[in-house]
Amino acid sequence: MEKVLNPKNEIVEIELNQLLLKVLEMKKAGLRFSQACAAWINDRYELSYSWVNNETFDLTTLRVYAGLETIVPSITELIPTAVFYENEMAEMYDVKIDMMNLDFKHRLYRLKEGLDAPLLPEDVREKSEALKAGQREAAKEAEEKEAK
Amino acid sequence: MGKRSVVPFGPQHPVLPEPIHLDLVLEDEQVVEAVPNIGFIHRGLEGLVTKKDFNQMVYVIERTCGICSFGHGTGYCEAVENVMNVEVPDRAKYLRTIWFEMSRIHSHLLWLGLLADAFGFESLFYQCWRIRERVLDLFEMTTGGRIIFSVNQVGGVNKDMDKGMLQKILEDMDVIEKELKQITGTFLTDYSVESRLKGVGVLTKQQAHDLGAVGPFGRASGIAYDLRMTGYEAYKYLDFEPITSDVGDSWARVDVRIREIFQSIDLIRQAIGKIPGGEINVPVKGNPNGECFTRIEQPRGEAYYYIKGDNKPYLKRVRVRTPTFANLAGLCEMLKGAEYADVPIMVLTIDPCISCTER
Repeated sequence: MEKVLNPKNEIVEIELNQLLLKVLEMKKAGLRFSQACAAWINDRYELSYSWVNNETFDLTTLRVYAGLETIVPSITELIPTAVFYENEMAEMYDVKIDMMNLDFKHRLYRLKEGLDAPLLPEDVREKSEALKAGQREAAKEAEEKEAK
Repeated sequence: MGKRSVVPFGPQHPVLPEPIHLDLVLEDEQVVEAVPNIGFIHRGLEGLVTKKDFNQMVYVIERTCGICSFGHGTGYCEAVENVMNVEVPDRAKYLRTIWFEMSRIHSHLLWLGLLADAFGFESLFYQCWRIRERVLDLFEMTTGGRIIFSVNQVGGVNKDMDKGMLQKILEDMDVIEKELKQITGTFLTDYSVESRLKGVGVLTKQQAHDLGAVGPFGRASGIAYDLRMTGYEAYKYLDFEPITSDVGDSWARVDVRIREIFQSIDLIRQAIGKIPGGEINVPVKGNPNGECFTRIEQPRGEAYYYIKGDNKPYLKRVRVRTPTFANLAGLCEMLKGAEYADVPIMVLTIDPCISCTER
């Protein structure tokens, strides 16, 4: 087997609404899903989904951006092995991921009670908490309205 | 349909050096489903990026794990060096390669010992760890540390090996090779060992690919994916082939790891034979500005090091994805249909490292 020096290593930016389509394309191309991670940079989430070609060692990372309130679709229906990565993103960064196959509900790492999204900057974390509190209140109001 | 019950496995279990919990759904004695739970030793090392600058982070990342510590330091330094376009001197690359392969030997021997202990072969366990002790002595001789060496730095390494040290490594490699040959026969041909490993926990090549299996776990199922083939550090100057097996069972994982130890011995000999003179590090000016995903082949498989910086001493993000994190999905799939009594051996054959996984 020949050595493959300096295999391709690229980051491809895509729109959030293209995510599932691109994931399906990668899967159909026979690439291996190898990791996903989140970061909070310049007031938005940077979500990275990496794919590897096992023969050529090429690495392609799909990059999507999302806001604090954006709902990100889960890729676990297409890639079940993404479940731990998505749970990590949700727990460490409070990324709102919808329809995970197995949702640990922010308890993957069993962090201390009340320690939510520890990798988010403190001011952003407070904003995120306020948003969630607002959503909870709105939901409660809607419920009461419906009951009346 | 037999009677269904849920049996907890771990987090404390005789075969587990580190805590992981599995909820095993059993139908009589057969596993129907395995739901993993981690999070017992999460330390939040990645969060320290806000408190330590990119040079200090080397020491934090090295503490991700006590077994593949050197590899974590190397992977992180490579990521920073890639972003900063730092060309590491060749001698430093060779030194990193020698320490890396010694780490692989010690990691695989540690695992072989744990496996022998798990299937009740205590003398084999002692033999493996006795041989491994020689590698730890070499670490101590060359770095001063036996587990965490702190010899990596951005731009190279901070300790050199003199001729006497290199000669001693060569002599000890001869001894390790000879002693390993003696126990290889027991691991691969002994009837009682075979009966515990052959046909247990089979993962096909397709399954291994779909489940993202990496390292010896994937290579034992026929996936010839070994990142050393991408030629990082001094691997581009050394001759070797990825070691694979088409069998895919627990025995094949032992076979692959044992052959990898012999391969590491050969790589160390090649590296010592070719190591050039010169500097062992270069001064690094400025701060990282940009991002990079760097991959290296740890003893347990492919590991990722992602860094992002904005020209300041403190990085915006550091992320480590360890091989065990990738192999957990493969483990759960492999457990489906297994006999309950085989579960401990099967869990062990992915060589789980939970400290790494949880960081």
